[in-house]
Amino acid sequence: MNMLLLMLVAGIVAGALGSILGLGGGIIVTPVLTLMMGLDIKYAIGASIIAVIATSSGATIAFLKDDVLNLRVAMFLEIATTIGAIGGALLTGIFNTSFLFILFGAFLLLSVYNMLKKIFVGEEVLKSANPDYLSTKFKLNSSYYDKQLKKQIDYQVENVPGGMAIMLGAGVASGLLGIGSGIFKVMAMDTAMKMPLKPSSSTSNLMMGVTAAASATVYFFNGSIRPDIAVPLALGILVGSSIGSRVMQYLPAKIIRLIFVPVLLYVSTQMILKGFGVSI
Amino acid sequence: MNENNKTSAEMAKIELMIGKILRAGVFVSATIMIIGLVLSLVTGSTGYPGNTFPTSFTAIISGIGALKPYAIMMLGLFFLILTPILRVVVSIYAFYKEKDYLYVKITVIVLAILIAGFFIGGH
Repeated sequence: MNMLLLMLVAGIVAGALGSILGLGGGIIVTPVLTLMMGLDIKYAIGASIIAVIATSSGATIAFLKDDVLNLRVAMFLEIATTIGAIGGALLTGIFNTSFLFILFGAFLLLSVYNMLKKIFVGEEVLKSANPDYLSTKFKLNSSYYDKQLKKQIDYQVENVPGGMAIMLGAGVASGLLGIGSGIFKVMAMDTAMKMPLKPSSSTSNLMMGVTAAASATVYFFNGSIRPDIAVPLALGILVGSSIGSRVMQYLPAKIIRLIFVPVLLYVSTQMILKGFGVSI
Repeated sequence: MNENNKTSAEMAKIELMIGKILRAGVFVSATIMIIGLVLSLVTGSTGYPGNTFPTSFTAIISGIGALKPYAIMMLGLFFLILTPILRVVVSIYAFYKEKDYLYVKITVIVLAILIAGFFIGGH
């Protein structure tokens, strides 16, 4: 009963915080479950992958139709992420716990760095891409309506193999650690393929759910997803992320993100230290 | 031009339908999870000994027949996992309607990988 309430609250907080901070639910859930509750990281990862799906699906509930999304890019790159995710989920059983903690901590550090970069970056400059043979053949070039600029923006993408390779890595990280690895996904589309930020982050949100589903089935059948933990957590996140995405518009998001930077830095150090067998 | 307008109107309709299907999927899975959760609180039992829970299809289905709370909760989680997969399935339909057969193929490949995950996980 206590456990249930705790997980429900943890879910609501993780869901709300995740959408306000721009992090997936997964990256918050695993430290809470392992550091605060002492849960085996195997079950934490299983619960976390459910959290990622709940976050992604929660966003779908909030917005029925997403005009910025590039469904072709999503599906094309999903080939790489889903293969990676299944591979990653299978690898989790091979690596030892310490390694998973260290890897997770490192990944969290990378997320914090990325969050800081987002806070201090100025207006986005539209990158000019040189569409190549692959991007044309697979019809990845598209356009979207920018609400702020109030105009239709056409964009092209390049370096499809590079983006695909990063996506494979994103899939492995997602399956291995039970996270959405949204940073890698945006990195692949934004940095490597030169897609504008809005369609790339929107496309990444959709891809996170599908990628997580690929490894979640592996975790579901191998007994890593405990119903007593994952169910209240998922319900909490569905509620929390819809609250979060609504209040986000009225909150000074940048300030909140800045406040949480030291918290996340502390958590990532704790995860790494735990991996090395040090506990404070 | 007329033809183009027609397809884009149709695409908008399909996208709205996709949104509604997904919304329904999330509600169904959440409802099943809540039923399982409430049942376990009311009966004070998980339906399974100790910390165990069902992880195979057959165990979950037979558990649901016996109204075991953990089996119902696992079904709800399974439906939640299916929601993004449902998104892939309806995208195949959307691409088919758009007559984009290249992307029908690509999306079918994604679905095939997801289904492969089921069998790999089952072992």
